[in-house]
This record gives sequence, structure tokens and C-alpha cells, in this order.
Amino acid sequence: MPNYTFQLNGETVTVDAPADLPLLWALRDKLGVTGPKYGCGIDVCKACTSHLDGAAINPCVTPTADVAGREVTTIEGLAGTWSDDPDELHPVQEAWLERDVAQCGYCQPGQIMAAVALLRRTSNPTDADIDAIENVCRCGSYSRIREAIKAAAARM
Amino acid sequence: MSLGTPEHDIAEPAREHSRRRFLTFLVAAPTLAVAARIGADGLAPASAQAAVPSLPAPAEILDLGDALILAAAPTANLIVVTVDETGRVGLALPRAEVGQGITTAVGMLIADELDVGLDQVDVTLADARPELVFNQLTGGSNTIRSVYGPVRAAAAQARARLLAAAAARWGTAPSVLSVSAGVVTGPGGRSATYGELSAAAADPGLSVVLATPKPPSAATLVGTPTNRVDARRMVTGQMEYTLDLDVVPGALPTMVRRPPTINGTVRSVQNEAAVRAMPGVVDVVTVATGVAVLAETFGQALAGKEALEVTWGPGTVDGESNATIQQKLRAATLPFVVPPLLTTTVDAEFDFAMVSHAPMETNSAIADVRRDRAEIWSGLKSPIVAQQTIAAELGLPQSAVTVHVTQGGGSFGRRLFFDAALEAARISKAAGKPVKLMWSRIDDMRHGRARAASFHRIRATVAAGQVLTFEHRVASGETDTKHGLGEILTAVAASLPVGGNLSFAQTIFLTTVHSPYQLGATTHLLNEVPLQMHTGSWRSVYSANTRGAEEVLIDEIAAKLGKDPVTFRREFLKSDRFRAVLEKVVTEGQWGRSMPRGTAQGIAFHAEYKSCTACLVEVDATDPRAPRVTRATIAADVGRVINPRGLESQLIGGLTDAIGTTFRAGLHIDAGLPLEGSYSQFHYTRQAESPLRTSVFVVPSDGEPGGAGELGVPAAVGAVANAYARATGTKPRSFPINFPVDFDPFPR
Repeated sequence: MPNYTFQLNGETVTVDAPADLPLLWALRDKLGVTGPKYGCGIDVCKACTSHLDGAAINPCVTPTADVAGREVTTIEGLAGTWSDDPDELHPVQEAWLERDVAQCGYCQPGQIMAAVALLRRTSNPTDADIDAIENVCRCGSYSRIREAIKAAAARM
Repeated sequence: MSLGTPEHDIAEPAREHSRRRFLTFLVAAPTLAVAARIGADGLAPASAQAAVPSLPAPAEILDLGDALILAAAPTANLIVVTVDETGRVGLALPRAEVGQGITTAVGMLIADELDVGLDQVDVTLADARPELVFNQLTGGSNTIRSVYGPVRAAAAQARARLLAAAAARWGTAPSVLSVSAGVVTGPGGRSATYGELSAAAADPGLSVVLATPKPPSAATLVGTPTNRVDARRMVTGQMEYTLDLDVVPGALPTMVRRPPTINGTVRSVQNEAAVRAMPGVVDVVTVATGVAVLAETFGQALAGKEALEVTWGPGTVDGESNATIQQKLRAATLPFVVPPLLTTTVDAEFDFAMVSHAPMETNSAIADVRRDRAEIWSGLKSPIVAQQTIAAELGLPQSAVTVHVTQGGGSFGRRLFFDAALEAARISKAAGKPVKLMWSRIDDMRHGRARAASFHRIRATVAAGQVLTFEHRVASGETDTKHGLGEILTAVAASLPVGGNLSFAQTIFLTTVHSPYQLGATTHLLNEVPLQMHTGSWRSVYSANTRGAEEVLIDEIAAKLGKDPVTFRREFLKSDRFRAVLEKVVTEGQWGRSMPRGTAQGIAFHAEYKSCTACLVEVDATDPRAPRVTRATIAADVGRVINPRGLESQLIGGLTDAIGTTFRAGLHIDAGLPLEGSYSQFHYTRQAESPLRTSVFVVPSDGEPGGAGELGVPAAVGAVANAYARATGTKPRSFPINFPVDFDPFPR
């Protein structure tokens, strides 16, 4: 099997995987990075949302070969993109804590990564911008997600 | 401590553990608590209203939650609070955490009772403990109701032991001591931490009187909005769900190829050798439910199972579709019992489609089955029954099967069933290897559990501004309760307020569903049609459909009587407690405000679990095929509230469920299989369909806590449907309201 080398949460990693293996499984099953979750495998539920070179991707449909030489950030590495202090969280994570968004929590890594990507595109998102986030929350925490995104935008 | 008499307690030495702990067990309080609550709500004095009174329904005398509490009472004293030498307080909760925030709420109860900070308390999920018998089932919105007494009693006794130990050390009386943040302070400024006192407190020779939990007035944390104790792990990706665990070295990612119809069987596998030769594939084994592929990664297991060519035997419902199921339900509907009266009737029939539980974390389990033992990890709400069943399946003694309960990624009733754990055990045994089993989303929706379809026929007779009779007949696909609930009901049968030869389902129905209104002679009857499908209780069980439909009809009865929906409810609700909740949303939600064309308000009410709630929504149905709830106002009275912030989460979740299932989310059964296979097809609510404004109000109340986890759904179903009806001028009768097959189904 070929090797692919890329930046993962600030560190260089090499993974031995078939070219078409979805990145989600390279992360979870070969690299032990389990923050990105499986929810559908076909880019519908967005539970695995992570960043490739700072923009949102869904690792469940991203071939591992496509990330070679690039920078992958999962929920585990998000805080490190904001601060070098290992105790400090990203402002979006802080907003999630303040609003007590999570219920079961399973979709929340993906929700947070989608929100961060949105805030990188637009610093002051409208309700329509937030409505465009398609990540499913089966617990129905959407109203607090909306509040948390607005709170994080105000802080950032 | 096993309390022989109320004057003595006995600390038990900790089992083998890295740190010394002392343990305290308590007491048969919950039975008394139940007795004190019986009839408290429905039999409250009716205020001076003109409505024709109804006799109390069975659920108003003793509800399903009371039955669960009664069944748990004999083992309530096996709930154990520990304090170790570092001063950390622990409790292994015999319930599941699936997002309802129960570990936070229970931690708050313990922290208040012991005078420690919430951050000093560790609430974990207990392994299957067969000695708990009926006291390890998570359902019926019953966790707080059932552990409120025992947990507080155990924590109070732990505090008493620690104070007794300090008093003995200092030669003083416990009554002169005080505690703050886990530090005991005595005369002369002497102090000792709980950690320092824990060993002495564990001395069985210590003389300790029976402690009683603090009164609500002494609470510092309970009743205060509190954030989840596990939230930081969730937002940093550190929370470990079943398949995130690295607990069995070499456990192989495993997925199962399933039949083209529900309960189909494997006849033969044509290309096993070819699939075994695929990259990463390690093993292929056939089990009762399909053909399992074990691989190095889930991606490879998925590719392998999709490549399998299998000849299948028929399933159990191959001839069924939504239309045939609806016909069967209509045919099975029991007749009304009130003879025809020479009065006006308001009649309606309602259909509700099947609904997937669809938790974000699909069905999953880790199983390590050896010759003489087995170990299982899964998100389980009935772990004892899981342990019993898996042991029988594997031919092992129950004591040789260890079942660990992991935190679940949602449930909504789904994880009452342990089918993933059982299947993983079968695969591990067949392959002779430990496995990590994951169901695909498609399989989770098509072969997983779902709320059964139901049909409702309701008739009210009205005369002279009154409702004289109200009858509701429900026909439902059989709801599977073979996860221990049936045994619980059998065990407490003598206490149940229902007689005759009722089925488990009818018993559950009658101990959960009741009308909160004075509607004269009121009857509810359920009949279930046995369809061999994978069903299960879905958040609020029968009430979402049954009470949701009734709330729609209440608006139509009100219209028949020429009354505003709020005016009618105000007049006909059974108690002032109910009216207070209704008035809260009327005021806060600005009932009756002017709304543009194509938009409208809707309101509904529901009482269950010793709690009650009202919901007022505004719907924009300018495009009736794409309606949106734009604003929601919810009020609830759940008795004593442990964590108002968690309660708000539960009510918002119930609202979101109601929006989805009322407008768009359901399953189309077609030739024995749901067509839906993902969230692009099963249209659960997304952000763009959720309200822009949601407000939740907790109406102050006292007394024992009621249930809250499922409370929010039925009222919200009624409110959303009523708002849609008023906005569009239609009478909703079939749910979901907008339910086309608007997708290309995945291959079978």
C-alpha cells in the first residue's frame, strides 16, 4: 500500500493506506484520531466535518490520497490553530461551553468545525448563513448552536 | 450500607481498588415517595369550571414511571456512593447517559447533599449489575424520578459518616461541625478534608445515626442552571463513544451485509473468496442477521460487505408497505363504547407513519468472546437483559459475560435494544476474534428500530357548550418491549391501576396516556397489530401520536363550540397547575398577536410523568410544502427541577423532534423495507428548519421531581400541527404532513 504524508493537527504524519480509503478511516482506524465521527459515510450528515487547509471538508468522502502534502485539522487540533496555550480553547469551543450546546455530543465536533469554517468566510454571519450549515443534530440543539455561533462571532 | 434497622448503618469495605474507598448504601425511601405521589396530579381539586368532569384515568392514579420506581425499590439500597482518600466522590450510576445530561444532574444531587463542588464528583455508568434486577433500565423519563430518593439518601448517609468520623477524631458532637467544599470544620478552627476522613468513616464500628436528605430550601446547586460536566470532552473530541474506545487490542472493524427485506435470511454467499482477497479484509462470517466482514479499517469492511454477493431468503414482512400497514391498522381499530347520542359529534382519523430513531451514533458494539468468557461494550439502556441474552446465546454462565455501558451518541428509545451487542457477540464467537461492530447509516434506518405506525380514530360529542364524551381508539403496529419492560410490569402487576387481560402494550398505553382535560366520559383503547418488524419505543412512546392527534382535535372541538383554542383549554384543563403553564406561554408567546397571511400561531398542552408542558409556536406556511416554525415558546412544570439548563435542552430537543416528525420525517415501507437510508431521505429537522427564536420557561414548582426527557414532544406535535392548520386553512390528518418520496432510494 502507498504511504501518504500530511500535516495533521500541526504534526507530520505518514499513513499506509489504499489511495481511495476515505480519510475518515485513515484518521480513526490507522492514526487513532477519533474526534471526527461516522454518521452516514456519504457527505450528508456532516458529523465528520474537519478542515483541509483551513476549509471544511468531510473526511468520509475525501480519499486519503487527496490530502497528501496538505494540512488536515480535526476537532482535536482546532484549539492549536488559535493559541499555543494547551489549556486554551478556540473561541467557538468556548462559546459551545458557555451556551451548553451539546446533548449527546456526537455531532458537535462536526458542528464546531463547520461553524469555524463559516466564521472564516464571514466574520458576522446572518441567520441565513447559519441556516446554510447542514450538519445534522439529532438531539435538536440547533437553537443553542445558532446562539453559540453568534456569541463566538462577537468575541472574535 | 445494608440497613437492617433505621438506627444503624454499616459501611462496607471497598472491593479491590487502587484507592481505598468507603461505601454507603441506602434505603427504601422511594417506595414512600411513590406512595406520596399517587393520585397527586389528576385528583387535584377541580377549580370552579363549567366543564363536565372526567373520572381519573389509570395513568393519573399510577403511571408507568411509578411502576418503574416500584420495581426498582427493592434494590434501591444497592445504589452506592463512594468517597476515596483524595476526597473525590463517586457514583457508578445504573442508568445510561445518551445525551439527556443525567450524569450532570445526578452529580448535582450528590454535590449538594455532601457539600462538595460538582467538580469533586465523578458519576460514571455502571456495568450490567444483575443483582439490581429491575433497577437498571433507562426509559420512561424515569431516571431522576427513580434515583432522586436513593442517591440523595446514600449521599446524605455518606456525609453523616464523614462528620461522625471527624467528631470521633476531635471528641466533639457531629452537630457542631460544618462542611464546605468537602472540608469539615470543627471547634477551635480544626479542619479535615473528606479524603483525610474517608478511611475512618469506613470503619464499620463507627456509630452513625440515619441521615435524612436536606430539604430543597437548603439547596445550593440543585435548581441552578448548570452546564454539562462532560461538555468539554465533547467540544474537544475527547469524549469516547463505543467505537472510539481502544479497549481490546486487535479488535477488528466489522460491518454486516444485510438482507433486502426486514428479517430476510442468508441462503448462500457466492463470492466469499473474492471478498476475502480484498484489501484489508481479514475474515468473512455468516451470522443470523447477515454476513459480517472483518477488516483492518471500517472503510475496507464497508467495501467488502458491499461487494458481497448473497442469496437471501424471504423476510417477515415482504408483502408490507405503508398502504397495507395502514389498512391493517384501520381494520384492527377497536369500536367506540359510548352509544350514539343525539348530539353533535366531532370526528377525526389520523395516520402516523413509522419514524426511525436515527441517533447520530449508529448501532455499535465491541465484543471479545473467548471460550470461557465474554466482554461487551455498548451504549445500553437495558444492560442486564443484554447480559442475560448474550450469555444464553453464547452458552456461557451470566457471570462470565461482562457488559460495560458506554456513553451513547443519542438514543430516543433506540438503545433500549441491544441488537448490536448481541450481533457483535455472535460475530466474535463465529470468527474467534474480538470485533468492533458498526452498522452503516443505511442499515441503521432500514434494519434498525423505528416507532411503529399508528392509526387514530377520535370522537367527541358536544352539546350546550360542553364536551360530553371523548373517545380515542389507537391501532398501532406492535411496539417491541422485549428489553425487560414486560418483566417489570409483570413484577408490579398487582400494583397497577389497570385490570383484566391487558397486554404489556395496553398496560404501557394506559399507564402513560391520559387526557389533561375534563371532557366528560373519556375512554382510551389501544389495539396492536403484530407485524414482525423492528419497532421500539420512540421518545414519548404512544403519547407523541396519541396526544398530538388529540391536541389537533381539541382545536377543532373549540372551533365547533365557537371558542378560541386558548379559551377552550383554559376552561377545560383539569387543574390550576395545568392552567398556570398554559398561561405562561400565552403571555410570553403573545398568543393572539396579529400574524401575516400564510403564517399562524398554534398551541397545545400535555401532561405526563407527573409533569406538564405547554407549547406555542408560530409557523410560516406561505409555501405549505416548505413550512417553518419561526418562533417557539415553551413552558413546563416538572415539579422540583434539578438542572433547569438540562431541562431546557430536553424541551428544545422534544420540540425539534416534533417539527421533524410533524412536517417531513418518516419512513416509507416498500415491499418489506424502509426506502429511507440517510438523513438526505429521512428528513429530520436541520438548522434551516429550526425556529429562529426559542424561549423556554420553567414554572416554579415543588414536590418530587417529575420526568422531563420525553415530555416536550407531544405538546409540540400538537402546537406545530395546529399552527400549520391555522396558517393553511387545512385539517392535518396524515403525518408527516409533507411526505413524498423525494429521493432515489439506495439499492437494497
